[in-house]
Amino acid sequence: MVEPQLRFRDDAPVDSPAIGLADFTAGSNVAAVRIEAGEDARLLLPHLASLRLVEIVFPAFTDGRGMSAARVLREAGYAGELRAVGAVLVDQLAAMRRCGFDAFAPAKPLDAKDAEAALARWGIVYQSAADGVRPIWALRHAAAG
Amino acid sequence: MYQYDQYDQAMVDTRVAEFRDQTARRLDGRISEEAFRPLRLMNGLYLQLHAYMLRVAIPYGTLSGAQMRLLGDIADKYDRGYGHFTTRQNIQYNWIKLSEAPDILADLATVEMHAIQTSGNCIRNISADQYAGAAADEITDPRPYAELLRQWSSFHPEFCALPRKFKFAVIGSETDRAAMRLHDIGIQIVRNAAGELGCAFYVGGGMGRTPMIAPLINAFVPLDQLITYSEACLRVYNRYGRRDNKYKARIKILVHELGKDEYTRQVEAEFAHLLTQNIEPPLAEFARIKAFFADPAFDPAAPDAMPNGDPAFLRWVKANTAAHKARGYAIAVISLKPAGGIPGDASADQIRTMADLARDYSFDEARVTHTQNIVLPHVRKADLFALWQKLVDADLATANLDSIGDIIACPGLDYCSLANARSIPVAQRISEKFAAPVRQDAIGELKLKISGCINACGHHHAGHIGILGVDRKGVENYQLSLGGSEGADCSLGTITGPGFSEDGIVTAVEQVTEVYLAQKQGEERFLDTYRRIGMAPFKEAIYG
Ligand code: SF4
Repeated sequence: MVEPQLRFRDDAPVDSPAIGLADFTAGSNVAAVRIEAGEDARLLLPHLASLRLVEIVFPAFTDGRGMSAARVLREAGYAGELRAVGAVLVDQLAAMRRCGFDAFAPAKPLDAKDAEAALARWGIVYQSAADGVRPIWALRHAAAG
Repeated sequence: MYQYDQYDQAMVDTRVAEFRDQTARRLDGRISEEAFRPLRLMNGLYLQLHAYMLRVAIPYGTLSGAQMRLLGDIADKYDRGYGHFTTRQNIQYNWIKLSEAPDILADLATVEMHAIQTSGNCIRNISADQYAGAAADEITDPRPYAELLRQWSSFHPEFCALPRKFKFAVIGSETDRAAMRLHDIGIQIVRNAAGELGCAFYVGGGMGRTPMIAPLINAFVPLDQLITYSEACLRVYNRYGRRDNKYKARIKILVHELGKDEYTRQVEAEFAHLLTQNIEPPLAEFARIKAFFADPAFDPAAPDAMPNGDPAFLRWVKANTAAHKARGYAIAVISLKPAGGIPGDASADQIRTMADLARDYSFDEARVTHTQNIVLPHVRKADLFALWQKLVDADLATANLDSIGDIIACPGLDYCSLANARSIPVAQRISEKFAAPVRQDAIGELKLKISGCINACGHHHAGHIGILGVDRKGVENYQLSLGGSEGADCSLGTITGPGFSEDGIVTAVEQVTEVYLAQKQGEERFLDTYRRIGMAPFKEAIYG
């Protein structure tokens, strides 16, 4: 089982290992599943209520498929832990948080200070995503709307 | 012109601070070059053959005089006194030190500019019709749409590691001056039967080694769904675009392999879902942006007669001005293609001169064209002569727009680490060969485009005459193609046959123009003649 280096949740972590998507959709009823890049996160949609941990694997830091996978799950209402696993770098943390990740298990541990600075940097954002932060356009038109 | 509010300014300032921090971590070794690469690329910083190259974003090619002046100052302060305007309506500096890059970004931020997403596998600077807001044939100014897209795409968290780079172009006229269908997404603003404005989406065009003309996937996306629809197009691409082969990773390959209909079906399904997510900025935001692009205060009493005078001036007017929507005004184009020059290059002094001219003659506004020239969009016809005289003084009065001297050329082997062959010297030799005004005028409209490798940054596929540098057993070799076009009659060029040496390609271009002049009927342009008579007579002249 991969321990997250960073976790932004108050609930207790799932203590069983995540199983692969194929095994899971074949009928297993564990609460933790792992999605590889290229696997369709939407296959999990019928099972969201029973899931408490979804691990999304980043095989390379240049591979952004997991960003869409995360948003697809959050947009469908998944509220459990969403953990980015693998090639996770300091400078991607902010974007990953915006896509709905709330835990990180980087293959290479991150410098804690750098990670904190990177996560604190962007106070405002241009577009809505999965983090519920109101985009700049909403701030601009807050009075009117 | 669009002006930043405190939010826009905070975004670029934060970006400067972030990049300063990333650069510091790179310089002290906390980030490896491998991990730094995508970070610096997202900020327009390339490692070239001799130094770093910085590409500065010029959103939809529009600049104020103050912005243009700063670009000149940067050329002096951080480069060797030159800037290079690119085919993506941006500017590049070829001799940058990594340690100074954050300072350049800080300077840019003082005039509401940046280098965000000018390279890397993300949504790039949004380009638009260079005559936006001025063209006589315009339905509406495309730049408010482009600005809406700019803000949406800046630091988009889901699309920061796409399979490959992603380019948008937006036009608002029937005439396509932005090669819209050769972009990953081309948007044409159209009016429907009810008279409402909306967006026609063309997806999956591009050049490179597999050039494709984008098919229409949705003829009318309502204005208040533009962002949502774009997000759907991008999400399908991010999830399913190929990542196994860099040369098959552009969206054009996905659209081609899935087929236009299946890609469209997936986008529509994603779109229907995203409509439930409320990600679209309100129309009030569009209206806010649009207000910045209101017409300047045109003088209704501006005389409409074209001035007369010096034959050299009249030749420049004929070649380098276009019809304006306001009576008494013209669009004036400054050619950055002097005979024997480097296409798109301007000295720091020339850049500052253009800044002054924009301020004095064009409501403080200039544009960069994808053909690497500069537009002064709103010049009083009565001022054209005074403007021209100042251009003459600054060596900026070359009268060759859309003629054979107005060559597009990529940086090629002189700068680019991917190049197979040099582009610049070939452009220089051809423009010198055809420099005589009589010769240039006889040939008329002829768009010649040169790329130093198959990546096609010089748009050679879309040239009436296209030249592609290839490597033949370690020797630079040039392939010739004919019949490409980037406008509404978009077509891809056909290769003539075996390639040529540097001398050979110049001769071949000359032979091609001779065939045209001999065969031309009436007012036919080169492209028309080629389309009528086909490849055979040209081939015979070149190889026979
Ligand atoms: S076409 Fe090739 S040589 Fe020219 S700039 Fe692009 S990558 Fe470099």
